[in-house]
Amino acid sequence: MRTIEQTTQEILELATKHFKVAPGSLKAEDDFYKKLGIDSLQALDLLSRLENHFHIELPDYEVQGVSDFKTLAERVQVRL
Amino acid sequence: MLDLTKYSSLGEAIRDSLETWPREVCLYESDRGQEKERITYREFKARALPLAKWLEESGFAAGDRASIIMTNQSKWLITAYAIFYCGGVLVPLDYKLKPDEQWKLLKHSGAGVLITEYPIWRQLSVSPGREDAGKVKTVLVTEAPANGDLSRAIRWESLQAPGAPKCVERKRQDLACIVYSSGTGGTPKGCMMTHGNYLEQCVALTTWYPFWPGVKYLSILPTNHAIDFMVGFIGPFTCGAAVVHLRTLRPEFVREAFPKYQITYVSLVPLVLKNLQKGLQARFDELPANKRKVFEALRAINVSLTKSRPVLPLSRLLLKPVHAAFGGKLQAIIVGGAFTEPQTLQFFYDLGIPVANGYGLTEAGTAITVNDLKPFRADTVGKPLPGMEVRIVNADGDGIGQVAVRSKTVMAGYLNEPDLTAETIVDGWLMTGDMGRFDASGHLQLFGRKKNMIVTEEGKNVYAEDIEQAFEGLPVKEFCVFAANYVWPSRSMVGEQLVLVIHLDHGQTFTEELRKETVARNSRLLNFKRIQGIVLYDQDFPLTASLKIIRAALAERLGKLKREEAILPV
Repeated sequence: MRTIEQTTQEILELATKHFKVAPGSLKAEDDFYKKLGIDSLQALDLLSRLENHFHIELPDYEVQGVSDFKTLAERVQVRL
Repeated sequence: MLDLTKYSSLGEAIRDSLETWPREVCLYESDRGQEKERITYREFKARALPLAKWLEESGFAAGDRASIIMTNQSKWLITAYAIFYCGGVLVPLDYKLKPDEQWKLLKHSGAGVLITEYPIWRQLSVSPGREDAGKVKTVLVTEAPANGDLSRAIRWESLQAPGAPKCVERKRQDLACIVYSSGTGGTPKGCMMTHGNYLEQCVALTTWYPFWPGVKYLSILPTNHAIDFMVGFIGPFTCGAAVVHLRTLRPEFVREAFPKYQITYVSLVPLVLKNLQKGLQARFDELPANKRKVFEALRAINVSLTKSRPVLPLSRLLLKPVHAAFGGKLQAIIVGGAFTEPQTLQFFYDLGIPVANGYGLTEAGTAITVNDLKPFRADTVGKPLPGMEVRIVNADGDGIGQVAVRSKTVMAGYLNEPDLTAETIVDGWLMTGDMGRFDASGHLQLFGRKKNMIVTEEGKNVYAEDIEQAFEGLPVKEFCVFAANYVWPSRSMVGEQLVLVIHLDHGQTFTEELRKETVARNSRLLNFKRIQGIVLYDQDFPLTASLKIIRAALAERLGKLKREEAILPV
């Protein structure tokens, strides 16, 4: 079982790779809309990738209003 | 289609539809590619009437208000019909708003009943604002787990009352809905829409874009939004057509739904359409050189053969793989809620996919003008729909002035805001706040906004006054938020941005600490409400006697500064 820190780290790595940003440039507290300059559709795309990676289903309502990696990791963690 | 001129309310019209097409499917509901529901008109009736009976028994009467806060799904429409059947007024609220904003609007609307989904209720029942919920006495919650904490709410699925409810008669001028068209800061703007508004709009729209039994409309825009409410509910449900709901709105499931259900119409906001364009273009770019050449040649043939009007069967034949990806039955993509760039519209039309781009406002009963495709014009927002009188007020030398509309679809007014209503509807004309002109062929062209409001590409209305709350208490002398295109009129409907104008105290400097605090406050706002620039202004703001900022005067002064020099990045 992953710890919340591991989950957060994996999400940051996934986002780094998917949105092609410099390794190490993303932090847990970062607002991913702002930091990655993405819109809500690209955020949905990120969610789909997280689902595949963690083999979970993240219902839309669970991620409604979430905009930082830390909260996103918490929502993922409870479904692992 | 039903002859809607015979009806005086939405409840009666839909009631007769349910009797006219009992065996037709009216709703499909799918989650992650799995179909969860397929409901006929007969089944729809069987699900809605027990709810109507329960509402009736619980004392819900004509003119009473009930709010729906739900994602797009079958229970949204079933509930809405039950409310109309009882003669009630529907208050559809955006499920994407924050819970405290939802409570604020619930209170403002005077709704006594709230119908919502369990995950939304979980947030609402613990959020600030619930103590002051106004008249909300009854909460019905859908899809609650067996052991879920309902916090005094009632399980929607458990509602049963014996006997048949009475279909309560309503007049055309009676209220059908209270629709909130904008942000919640300052004054909530609840548009009071009548049954007549919707019936007239439905007739006008279906004259140009008809629905019939067998049509499948893919519902993606939130149903509380004027567009989806009309084309994803009232339109199909008065024509025997069907609506497809997806419970998980991810690009991959949306893509899959087109061929699976052979979608006829879909409504999108410009941002989604642009993304779709990008995706398709990337796929065209990946084609091997020889295939690309063939594709370009076929596209060119399609362009030349569809110049004067769309020829869908021909386009589907010429560009088969593209049309197959959309299910092969797509009549048109309806785009609205914000301004769409002409090149995006042209891209789809050149592929043989007409885009019904138009222009509308909630206040005007959704659409005012729509592209009639005779011929397709990407550079305008189309011609006025039947029954719409549109004129340009105070036109300048170029013929550009404020767009004003008069029609039976124009709202009755803003709820509890007689002054605002009087400012907005002048001698029966709705002043839209948008600048436009008509070209020689009667098409409307838009050139920016007169009002200090932004419409994002996602179709969200953002008011500067709403954003200012986030900066309350910022340690500066005074501040104000503007839409940059309002201060520096650009005659453009794209590239709008919000700026924070700061007037520092005497001797104060814009320190790194102050910048950080501004950024921190900004990041607490929802993504689409954030400011994108800061303007440091060293003069006192013009104020009214009651110390309110005179925005128009300040905008005029700021407008003398050079835009590119004045706006600092956040």
